[in-house]
Amino acid sequence: MSKPTLATVWLDGCSGCHMSILDMDERLVELSEQFDLVYSPLVDYKEFPAHVDIALIEGSVSSDEDDRKIRLVRAHTRVLVSLGDCAVTGNVPAMRNPIPVPELLDSVYKGNGLLQEQVPTHCLPTLLPRVRPVHEVVNVDVFVPGCPPSADTIFTIISELLAGRVPDVAALSRFGA
Amino acid sequence: MTLDELEQIANEVQAAKEKSPRALNVCVAAGCLSLHSDAIKSALEKEVQRTGVNCRVAGTGCMGLCSLGPLVNREPDGQLLKNVAEADAAEIVEKLESVPPERLLCSREQPFFQRQTAVVLENSGRINPEKIEEYIAAEGYQALVRALTEMAPAQIVQEVSKSGLRGRGGAGYPTGLKWGTVAKTIGTTKYVICNADEGDPGAFMDRSVLESDPHRVLEGMIVAGYAVGASQGYIYVRAEYPLAIKRLQAAIRDARRLGFLGSQICNAKFSFDIEIRIGGGAFVCGEETALIASIEGRRGTPRPRPPFPAQSGLWQMPTLINNVESFANIPTILRRGGEWYASLGTKKSKGTKVFALCGKVRNVGLIEVPMGTPLRQIIFEIGGGIPDGHRFKAVQTGGPSGGCIPEQSLDLPVDYESLKEVGSIMGSGGMIVMDDSACMVNVARYFMEFCMSESCGKCIPCRAGTAQMFELLTRMTSGTATPQDLELLEDLCDMVSSTSLCGLGQSAPNPVLSTLRYFREEYTEHIVDKHCRAGVCECNHLAEVSA
Amino acid sequence: MNPAPAVKTLAIDGIDVSASSDQTILDAARENGISIPTLCHLDGLTEVGACRMCLVELKGSTRLQPACVTLVEEGMEVTTRTPRLEKYRRMVLELLFAERNHVCSVCVANNMCELQDQAKAHGVTHVRFPYRSPELPVDVSHERFALDHNRCILCTRCVRVCNEIEGAHTWDLLGRGVNSLLISDLHQPWGESDTCTSCGKCVQVCPTGALFDKSKVGGKVRKNPDFLSYLNEMREGLR
Repeated sequence: MSKPTLATVWLDGCSGCHMSILDMDERLVELSEQFDLVYSPLVDYKEFPAHVDIALIEGSVSSDEDDRKIRLVRAHTRVLVSLGDCAVTGNVPAMRNPIPVPELLDSVYKGNGLLQEQVPTHCLPTLLPRVRPVHEVVNVDVFVPGCPPSADTIFTIISELLAGRVPDVAALSRFGA
Repeated sequence: MTLDELEQIANEVQAAKEKSPRALNVCVAAGCLSLHSDAIKSALEKEVQRTGVNCRVAGTGCMGLCSLGPLVNREPDGQLLKNVAEADAAEIVEKLESVPPERLLCSREQPFFQRQTAVVLENSGRINPEKIEEYIAAEGYQALVRALTEMAPAQIVQEVSKSGLRGRGGAGYPTGLKWGTVAKTIGTTKYVICNADEGDPGAFMDRSVLESDPHRVLEGMIVAGYAVGASQGYIYVRAEYPLAIKRLQAAIRDARRLGFLGSQICNAKFSFDIEIRIGGGAFVCGEETALIASIEGRRGTPRPRPPFPAQSGLWQMPTLINNVESFANIPTILRRGGEWYASLGTKKSKGTKVFALCGKVRNVGLIEVPMGTPLRQIIFEIGGGIPDGHRFKAVQTGGPSGGCIPEQSLDLPVDYESLKEVGSIMGSGGMIVMDDSACMVNVARYFMEFCMSESCGKCIPCRAGTAQMFELLTRMTSGTATPQDLELLEDLCDMVSSTSLCGLGQSAPNPVLSTLRYFREEYTEHIVDKHCRAGVCECNHLAEVSA
Repeated sequence: MNPAPAVKTLAIDGIDVSASSDQTILDAARENGISIPTLCHLDGLTEVGACRMCLVELKGSTRLQPACVTLVEEGMEVTTRTPRLEKYRRMVLELLFAERNHVCSVCVANNMCELQDQAKAHGVTHVRFPYRSPELPVDVSHERFALDHNRCILCTRCVRVCNEIEGAHTWDLLGRGVNSLLISDLHQPWGESDTCTSCGKCVQVCPTGALFDKSKVGGKVRKNPDFLSYLNEMREGLR
């Protein structure tokens, strides 16, 4: 029997959750023997595979690209995990929600003494009107709040999921932890 | 004031009428007034003056059939004139002695009038609300004088209990029991409060009573004050009712002048006065503890009960708080006896109830029927059915705290228990008829928006819960909802009704729950098919675009 | 004269306890080591019964009652934790998180916040309701303190401590429903308040990071509302 497959996905987040994954340090070696990492910003695969057992999602759904990607991931994933506050609550990316997108872009790319005032559009994903947590867009199976969730938390979550158990997340982490 | 003196005043009014039997009484209550009935009244006055005929022209309160207003009642033959315009003045005065013009004739034989039983509205449209003498001529203040001179307070409470009257503000708590509790509670001072903060969309019962027969409410309050041992009364009336306030002010002034208010009323050892408190426009101030806070000059938010106002109310004193219509029933109950009142209505809901009939029904107006009258009779006989070839869909009772009742429950007798059983409430008496052009999801959304903007914000379930329910309903009407949203909505309905601090929050989910109960398929259509069968919601547009 | 309070016996979560008749269910429970969650309650302030976290079930009654304002009665049977109550408590917390912009990761009170503590205690790992994301101001006009409306849960502890303990009544609420807003004086910037004594009690009693001491930002300093019971005991001559 082949090993379970694991993917990690990076939407609108600071990559802190992926750093926290790396923070598992030597435990990563032990853990990685139990799964195949088939898709991740940490590895080189470009296409999301047809079947993934566990996908860890970092980041909120902020652009049309995020929206397309998370729907694709959901369609090919058995257990989808919202990892970290951006995925779970919208967190810092969602702080722009009270501001209309055109106003937001103008305030960033225009004025302030910039030499070339222009809002970049070419080859860039379009921002959605509102930043949304992952579960507002697709079904989420496990929620792991935390900014970022600690390496210990992530280690326990992955170990439990690999063992076929549902982890008790509330005991491990919390919003902002 | 004695009974003999009352009779003398009544006789004087009667004599004046006999001297000049002809009269044109123009309705100057809110409905007709909004169609400029005051201008019609002056046109008639001018015409009478010009022609020199012997005819009184007076303003009266509501005659009920508001949709045919402005209405004019002709004396002595009692002919009712409908849709009167200023231009009709000359013809009306000219034909005073003969049959009025055909186009203005409004038959009193129609079911709208025939099927009603007037108790609270017995003087409405018949007397000038700004003349205390006319109220006295209609047996007014007799109950008070009798109560003060012949009855002990406990006897009055007994009589009210015997009548079976239940709170007309909506909850239906036995009035006699409430009076008894306040009477028995010990306090250095006690208060009587009249709740005239009527705020349900589509409800204008209390407004009409205050505008048409204010003394009836004052008399009820003074009797209550005597019965429970209070010396001060307050009427909490919303600022949106300026005419009611004006007439109440005049009525209080007149009642003081004749000694019905003040010290040693009718030479009894009883002093009582009434002050008006004007509400600032918050619906939640109709909730009794919020209303009391508002009178005390604080922010109008409810507090947990117990203690109930009967034990600790205004300024922590025992306080009797009743609705306008409850007080308005008292004079007639005392005059004709509790037993007589209890002979009207059903086993558990006695007497009559005033309803403001509106929406998609031919005869829009104010009606009063015995408790237990079937909804079908109210809507199709008194109301004249649904106009413009549409079909009846539902009737909404109880305002934002109530629910929508579908066609299959139309034979339901209107009483507190039956309405509760079908998922609505009696409420204060608003009755909004809806036809097939109404979308029930949209109706639920409308009421949720009302509750959201009227929530005081004190407790979390009502403050944030109504806002979430409104958002979920908006998703449904705009075609962006998912089946999970419906689950969330139902969860919230349960949570908000079980955990909110006051009645506003506890009943806020009712319009959603009742429409879900009877029109669930409309919710599914909005969510799954993005279709609104009534064609009023945005989601239809979305479906077209994607098709 | 009020008669001396009588002793009542009742059962809380199946444990027989005694309490005096002027005690609430919450008092009696805490005295006996039974914890009931609260947010708007604070020892030393009047009760408002607003947050609904302390709702309990009473045998023989269909209505849930707030433990903080319900007085004990003889023979009462109280249940403080049932699946239904826990579900409602989780929903109260979810509603609060969705109502304003609680971004724990960048909050001064992160890891020292009662709302966050309650979410953890009740297993709230995510919020099912749509975030409302309202646009709310931050008032930094006061020289020592600041008010971030994004984190305010409208518990009114600050309003009460300012009115009841400090006697200044600087704080109160404006508007209603979800638009309710904590204001100082007649909606002036806090720094321009004529009544504020800068005593900082409001900051200490605030359960979240809504009111905070500017000098303590990033300092990870827990708030200390315990001074209240001390003050009350002083006032009543018990100390």
